Amino acid sequence: MESLGIRFTELLIWFPLVAGLICFIIRDERKSRNWAMLASLLTLAVSITSLFYPGNKELNGYTYGFEWLKSIGSSYSVALDGMGRLLTFLTAIAFPIIFAATSKTTYKNANAFYGLMLLMQCGLMGVFCSMDALLFYFFWELALIPAYFLCSRWGGERRIQATFKFFVYTFTGSLLMLVGIISVYLHTSGTASSEHTFNINAFYAVANMLKPGEQNWLFWLFFIAFAIKMPIFPFHTWQPDTYEQAPTATTMVLSGVMVKMGLFAVVRWLLPVFPQAVLKFDNIIIALSVIGMIYASLIAIKQDDLKRFAAYSSIAHIGLMCAALFTVKQVGVQGVMIQMFSHGINIIGLWIVIDLIEKQTGTRKISMLGGIAHKAPGLTILLVVIALANIALPLTNAFVGEFMMFTGLFKFNVWFTAIAGLSIILAAVYTLNMVQKVFYGEANSLVAGMTDISMGQKMVLATILILIFVAGVYPKPFFDMTNEVVTNVLTRFIK
Amino acid sequence: MDVLKLVWLIPLLPLVGFLINGLARNYLSKAMAGLIGSGVIFISFLLSAWVFFSLKDGQAPIHYFDFINVASLKIGFDFQVDQLSSIFLLIITGVGFLIHVYSTSYMHDEEPKNFAKYFSFLNLFVFSMLLLVLGANYLIMFIGWEGVGLCSYLLIGFWFTNNNYNNAARKAFIMNRIGDLGFLLAIFWIANKLGSVDFHTVFANAPDPNKFSTFDITGITLLLFVGATGKSAQIPLYTWLPDAMAGPTPVSALIHAATMVTAGIYMIARSNILYTMAPVTQTVVAVVGLSTAILAATIALKQNDIKKVLAYSTVSQLGYMFLGLGVGAYTGAVFHVMTHAFFKALLFLGAGSVIHAMSGEQDIRNMGGLKKYMSVTHITFLLGCLAIAGMPPFSGFFSKDEILGAAFAKNPVFYIIGVAGAMMTAFYMFRLYAMTFLGEFRGTADQQHHLHESPKAMTIPLVILAILAVVGGWIGIPEIFVHGGHRLETYLAPIFAQSNALQERNEMAQSKEIMLMAISVVAALAALLYAWNKFSRYKKSTEEEKGLGKVLENKWYVDEIYDAIIVRPVNAIAKYLNNVFERKGIDGFVNGIGRAVNYSSRQVRLLQSGQVGTYVLMMVIGILVLFIVQLFL
Amino acid sequence: MEIKYYIGLALALFCIGIVGVLTRRNAIIIFMCVELMLNAVNLLLVAFSKMHAATPMGKAFPAMVSDAQIFVFFIMVVAAAEVSVGLAIIVMMYRNTHSTDVNFLNRLKN
Repeated sequence: MESLGIRFTELLIWFPLVAGLICFIIRDERKSRNWAMLASLLTLAVSITSLFYPGNKELNGYTYGFEWLKSIGSSYSVALDGMGRLLTFLTAIAFPIIFAATSKTTYKNANAFYGLMLLMQCGLMGVFCSMDALLFYFFWELALIPAYFLCSRWGGERRIQATFKFFVYTFTGSLLMLVGIISVYLHTSGTASSEHTFNINAFYAVANMLKPGEQNWLFWLFFIAFAIKMPIFPFHTWQPDTYEQAPTATTMVLSGVMVKMGLFAVVRWLLPVFPQAVLKFDNIIIALSVIGMIYASLIAIKQDDLKRFAAYSSIAHIGLMCAALFTVKQVGVQGVMIQMFSHGINIIGLWIVIDLIEKQTGTRKISMLGGIAHKAPGLTILLVVIALANIALPLTNAFVGEFMMFTGLFKFNVWFTAIAGLSIILAAVYTLNMVQKVFYGEANSLVAGMTDISMGQKMVLATILILIFVAGVYPKPFFDMTNEVVTNVLTRFIK
Repeated sequence: MDVLKLVWLIPLLPLVGFLINGLARNYLSKAMAGLIGSGVIFISFLLSAWVFFSLKDGQAPIHYFDFINVASLKIGFDFQVDQLSSIFLLIITGVGFLIHVYSTSYMHDEEPKNFAKYFSFLNLFVFSMLLLVLGANYLIMFIGWEGVGLCSYLLIGFWFTNNNYNNAARKAFIMNRIGDLGFLLAIFWIANKLGSVDFHTVFANAPDPNKFSTFDITGITLLLFVGATGKSAQIPLYTWLPDAMAGPTPVSALIHAATMVTAGIYMIARSNILYTMAPVTQTVVAVVGLSTAILAATIALKQNDIKKVLAYSTVSQLGYMFLGLGVGAYTGAVFHVMTHAFFKALLFLGAGSVIHAMSGEQDIRNMGGLKKYMSVTHITFLLGCLAIAGMPPFSGFFSKDEILGAAFAKNPVFYIIGVAGAMMTAFYMFRLYAMTFLGEFRGTADQQHHLHESPKAMTIPLVILAILAVVGGWIGIPEIFVHGGHRLETYLAPIFAQSNALQERNEMAQSKEIMLMAISVVAALAALLYAWNKFSRYKKSTEEEKGLGKVLENKWYVDEIYDAIIVRPVNAIAKYLNNVFERKGIDGFVNGIGRAVNYSSRQVRLLQSGQVGTYVLMMVIGILVLFIVQLFL
Repeated sequence: MEIKYYIGLALALFCIGIVGVLTRRNAIIIFMCVELMLNAVNLLLVAFSKMHAATPMGKAFPAMVSDAQIFVFFIMVVAAAEVSVGLAIIVMMYRNTHSTDVNFLNRLKN
C-alpha cells in the first residue's frame, strides 16, 4: 500500500465523497440504499484495518502533504494520530449502524439523501484527520452543509425554522473561529515559500509568541465556536429544535459524531494553542459546563417529546465531557476520550429505539405512549440496557469514562464534583421516568397495534450492546490508543 | 488443586445462568429454567464451601486484568479471597440457592418466558452481589454495588403492569443512587490521595498521617456511610425498602433480607480500619443505626401487611448491625448479618408460603388460626420469630447480645435504647405471629377453602433455614459460657486485627455481662408473652387508628415529608426552567436576535422608496460628506 | 483675469445645476441642469489649464497644460452619450405615463 502512495487517511476521507457522488447518480431508491450501506461498510473495514497499524507513520499519513496554496502557506496535510483513529473509527462504525437501523424508512429522492449522508461522513473524517488549520476549517464547514440540506428537505414540520437557526448559529461560531484562525496564522513564523503557515505545528508554537491579552480574546473566539458546536450552556438552544425536526438518521449522525467534533477540536486546536488562557479561564468554563449539566438534566425531566428528551440528556453528558477536558488532568482527559466513543454509540442506540417507536406508533410524545413492554419485550430489554448505559451503570462503557472524568474533576475541585455528581441522580430520575411511562404500565390503545422488532433490527441493537459491554469490561485498548496524544497535549501545561 | 484458580467461576456461573435464561427465555420450559437457575447457584455454593475450607491466611489479591491504568490511577480487575469474603460467599450462595428452589414453586403461576426472565434476574443479582464481596478494590465493589441496585429495580418492578410497583422500583433505584453519589465521592477522595483504591494499599496507608489526615479519614468514612445508608436502608434513605415489598416475596427474601441490604455492612466491615481511625464517624454510625432501629420498630408495631412488618423489621435489625459497627463490634455486626440472613429469609419465605395459601391476601387482620392448616410453615415461622426476638439458645440471641454488650461498653444509653428496641421487636414479631397463626380464622370462606400447606419445594427450604436459625448462633458462643466458643471471632480475627489493636477492649466483669444478657432476655420475653396473649384473641374491628397509632401506621409521615421538601420542589424547578427560562430566556434571546435583524432590515428597506429625487439627494449629500472628510483627514 | 472670477462663476453655475436637479419635477429640466453642472466643470478645467500655462511648472512641461483641455472633450462626449440615452428613456416614460413628472416613477417602491 505504501508503494501506491495510498494512505488510510486518503481512503477514509475521499472514499465516502466518491461514494456519495455515485449515490447521486443512482436513481433507484433500493439500489442507492444498498450502495450506501456497502460503501459505509467498506469505510468501516478500512478504519478497522487502520487500528492495527498504529505505529506506521506512512500509512497514517505523517508523510508531508502536498502544498495546495503555497503562497499563503496552507498545505494538504492529514494524519491519523491516536485520537483521530478513535474518532474515525466511531464515524466509520456509526454510519453502517445508522443505515442498517433506518433501512425501513423511505425517503423522497432517496439517492440524494444517502449521497448527502455520505458527504457528511467525508466532512467528518476530514475534520478528524486534518493537520492544517485552513483544511480543518474547510472540512468543518463541509460537514455542516449536507446537514443543512438533509434537515431542510427531509425534516419535520418546523424544519425550515429549526434548520435556519441551526445553520446561522453554528455558522456564526465558525466565522468567529475563522477570524481566530487568521489571527493566529498571522502570528506564525513561516516557511521558505510563505511568510506564515497554517500548519498545526506552527500553530502550536504560536503560544509563546502571543501577548497574554491577545491570547485571551483569541481563546474566546475559538472557544465560542466550539461551545456552540458541542453545545454547552448557554449556547445550546439550537440543539433540541434541530434534533427534533431533523430526520432521525441525520440526528443520529449529528448527536453521535458531530458534537464530538467540538470536543475533538478543543483537544487538538484549543488546549495546545492557548495553554495560558486555558489555565486562566478554566474555572469559568467548568462552572458553565457544570451548570449546564444540572440545568439540562432538570429540563429533561419535564420533556414530553422523546427526541427533545434525548437532546437534553445529550447536553448534560457533553457538559461533563467539556468540564473534564478543562481540568487538564491526564485521568480526566483520557476519560473524555473513551467517553466520546461510548457516548456516540450509546446515543445512537437510544435514537434507534426512538425511531423504532415512532415508526410503529406514529408519535413521539411520552404522555401518549405506555406499556410497550407488553407488545415489544425485545425492544424493551434492549432499550433498558441502552438507557442504563446512558446513565453510566458499571460494566457499561459509559461508566469507565464517567468514573475517570469525575476523578479528574475531583482532583481539580471538590465542590464542582459534588454539584456535578447531582447529575448522576437526576439522570437516573429522568431516564427511569421515561422508561416507566413509555414501556411499563398498561398498554394503551395507541400501543395496541405494536409488534416486536424484527430480527434484523435486533441484530443492529445487539451490535450496539456488544460494543457497550466490551468497552465497559475491557477498556484498555481505548486507553492505549489515545494515551500518546493526551500526554502530548498535557505536557504543554506543565509549568 | 488450588481452588483459588477457580474462584472466578463463582460469580461467572450465575452470569452464565443469567445469559442462558435471559436469551433463551422464549424456548425454555419452566422446569429447565428453574433447574439452570438453581443449579448454577448450587455449584457456586459448593465452590464457595471448598474455598471456605481451604482458606489460608494472608491471601494476596488475584489479579485478572488491568481495568483502568492511566497515569496516576491504577485499578485492576482483582478478587480478594479472605475470611470475610468467604463467609459472605457462603451466605449469598447458600441462602440464595434455597430461595431459588423456593421460587420454582412460588412462581409456578407465571408464563414460562416470565418464569425464565425471573430466574435470569435472580441470577444476575447473585452475580452482582458475588462481585461485590469478591472485589479487591473499591471500584469492583462499586460495580457489584450498582449491579445489585439495578437488579432490585428489575425485580421489584417485575410485574410491570402495575404502576405502583413501577414507582416503588424507581424509588428504590433513585434512593440507591443518592447513596451511590456519596460512595463515589469517597472513592474519588481515596484515589486522589493515594492513586489507588485497592484494599491492601488503602488499609496499609490508613494509619499514616502523611497520607490521610483526620479530616480526610472522617470525610471518606462519612461519605462511605452515606452510600451504606442508601443501600442498607438507614435514615434518611430507608423509605424505599418497605415500598420494595411490591416485588415477589422470594425477591424480598433474597434481596432485602439476606443479601443486598447487608452490602452496606460488608463495606464498612471491610473498611473497618478506616472507621476505627475516625471516632466521629463511628459515633454518627452508631447514632444513626440506633435511631433507625427504634424508628422502624415503632412503625412496625402498627403495620398490618405481613410483608411490611417484616420490611420494617429488616430496617430495624440493620440499624442494630450499624450500631454494632459504630461501637467497634465488627465481629458482632457480621455475626448478626449471618444470623439475620437465616431467620429473616426464613420469615419472608414463611410469609410467602402464607400469602400463597391465602390466595394472595397479605393483610394479617384477615388471617388467623392458620396453624391448623400449615403446620410446617407454622413451626418454622415460630422458630424464626423466637430467633429474631433474641431468645436463647436461638441464633438471634447470641448475635444481638454481642452487639448490645459492646454498646453498653461504649455508652450505657445505647444499651438501654437498644433493649427498648429489642422489646419492641419481640412485641411486633409475636403480634404478627399471633394474628397470623393463632386464634380464629378471619378471612373469607373462599380463602378458607383454599388453605393448604405449601408444596415440598417451598417447605424444605423453610425447614433448612429453620435449623440454621436455631443452631446458627452456636458458632459464636461468648467467652463466658464456653472458653474459645466464639469460633466466628477467631475465624475473622485477621480481618479486624488492625482495628482491634487500635481500640480499647473493654473487658467487662463476667457477672456484669451475664446481668446485661439477662435483662435484655427478660425484657424481650415479657414483651413476647404480652403480645402473644393480646393478639391470639384478636378480633377484627373496623375502627380506625387514632392519635399516636395513626402516626405510626402512617410511618411518621416521612414519605409525605420527603415528597414535600424534595420531590415537589425539584419538579417545580424543572418546570420553571423548562417553560420560563429555556423558552423565554435563552431561546427567546436567540430568537430575539433573529427578530431584531428582521426588524432592522425592514426599517432599512424603507430607504428604497422608489423616489428618484430622494436618490439624487442622497448622492449629493454623500459626495459632500466625502469631500469634507477628505479635506480634514 | 484672475482665476477667482472663473472659480466663482463655475461654482455658481454648478450650484444652480444641483438645486435644479433636486427641486425640479420635469425630467427634461433635470437633464438641462445636469448639462449645466457638466459645463460648469468644463469651464473650470479650461480656466485652470490657462492658468497653469503661465506658471513656471507650466513652462517647463508644456504638454501638461493641454491635459485639461483634452479632458474637456471627454466630458463633452460623455455628456452627449448620457443625454441621448436619457432622452430615450424619457420618451419611453412619456409614452407609458403621458407625463414627464419624475415623481411618477416610483415603481421601485418597497
